Amino acid sequence: MKDKIQHHLSDALLMAYSAGSLPEAFSLTVASHIAMCDECRARLEAFDSVGGALIESVETVAMGNGSLKATLAMIGGAMTERPKARAVTGVLPSPLHDYIGGDLDDVNWRPVGMGVKQAILPTSDEATARLLYIPAGVAVPDHGHQGMELTLVLQGAFMDENAHFGPGDIEIADEHMHHTPVAAPGMDCICLAATDAPLRFRGLVPRIAQSFLNI
Amino acid sequence: MTERDIENHEWAECIAAIRDRQSTAAFAVLFEHFAPRVKGFLMRSGADEGLAEECAQEVMATLWRKAHQFDPSRASAATWIFTIARNRRIDAIRKQRRPEPEELSWGPEQEPDQEDVLALQQESEQLTKAIAALPDKQRALIEKAYFGDLSHREIAEQTGLPLGTIKSRIRLALERLRHEMT
Ligand SMILES: [Zn+2]
Repeated sequence: MKDKIQHHLSDALLMAYSAGSLPEAFSLTVASHIAMCDECRARLEAFDSVGGALIESVETVAMGNGSLKATLAMIGGAMTERPKARAVTGVLPSPLHDYIGGDLDDVNWRPVGMGVKQAILPTSDEATARLLYIPAGVAVPDHGHQGMELTLVLQGAFMDENAHFGPGDIEIADEHMHHTPVAAPGMDCICLAATDAPLRFRGLVPRIAQSFLNI
Repeated sequence: MTERDIENHEWAECIAAIRDRQSTAAFAVLFEHFAPRVKGFLMRSGADEGLAEECAQEVMATLWRKAHQFDPSRASAATWIFTIARNRRIDAIRKQRRPEPEELSWGPEQEPDQEDVLALQQESEQLTKAIAALPDKQRALIEKAYFGDLSHREIAEQTGLPLGTIKSRIRLALERLRHEMT
C-alpha cells in the first residue's frame, strides 16, 4: 500500500508541522498521513533538520545559576525509558489511535443522514478534526470552504471532479474549491477530515445536513 | 572531518553514555552546549525568560529520559533536541497536544550502521552551512517560520523559501528508511 500513495503533503504543510505552528486538528491529519507514508516521513525529517540547524545558530541565552543541578534533581537519576514497541496495525494510523483510544470498532459514530456517519475528535478549537464514514457510492454534499480542508483516506476511496483518492492519499482543498466527493463503489470509505472554518453546504438538503454535522 | 563533524560525533556519544550508563558527566556536556540554545530558541518563539528557563530544563530532562529513542543515523543531536524543544513549546505556550507519527524504532539493541551515522552527520553539516550561506532575507524567513511566527497560510504564500537546500537531505532520509524497512 505504501508505494501506491499518489497525493502527498505540500512543502508548506510539512514545514508548518515541523515548525509546530499548525492547529492541532491539522497536525493530527498530517501526523496520520506521515504514519502511512514513508516519502513524507523522509521529507519531514529533512524539515526537522532545518530546525536543528537553527538551534545551532540561534543566539544563546545563559541558563540561570544552578540550573544544571536543578535539572539533574528533576531527573533524579532515573533510568532512561525503553521505547515502546511499535503499535500493532489496525486500519487506523497510530496518531488516530491515541485520539480514539482504539481502532475503528471503538469510534463513536453519529449518523448525519444518507448513511453518512461522523465522529468529531477532541482537538483545540481553532480547527476541527472529524472521521467521516461514507457508504460506497454515496456523495458527500457539495461544499465550498472558507479555509483549508485536509482529507486523508483511511479505508476505501473517494473521487471528486479532480482526482481519485485511495488509502493514505491526502487531499488539500482551499476556499476556491467547490467539489463533490463521492465514495468509490465496492467499499465504504472512511476519511479523516480537518477544516479550519465551517464547511458551507449548498442547497436545501445539505443545509439540513449542516446542522447535523455540527459545523 | 570538520570541527562540526567531531562535535556532532561527541554529542551522539554523550547521548549514548546517558542511555547506557546514566552518565551525569555526559549530560553536563550536553547541557552546557544545548540548554542555552534551547532557552534562546524558546525566547525567540515568544516565551518570557522565566518560562524559557523552566522549559529548557524540562527539555534537557526529556533528553535524558528519551535517550533510547535517539538514532544518530536519522537525526543529528541538534535536530533531535529541536524536536523536543518544539514539542515543549507547543505544550507550554500554545497549550495544545502534538500528534506525532509513531517512532520507527527497530530492535532495542540494534546499533545503527556507522556509515549511515557519518553520512547523516555530513549532511547535517552541509545543511547548516547552506542555511548560513543564504541571503539574509531568505534566512530570516526560515527563522520566522521555525520560531512560530508564520502560520501555514503565510508559509504557503511565501515563494522565496529556499527548499532546494533540503533536497539532498530528503534523498538521504528516504534511502535510510528503505534500508531500515528491508
Ligand atoms: Zn506522503
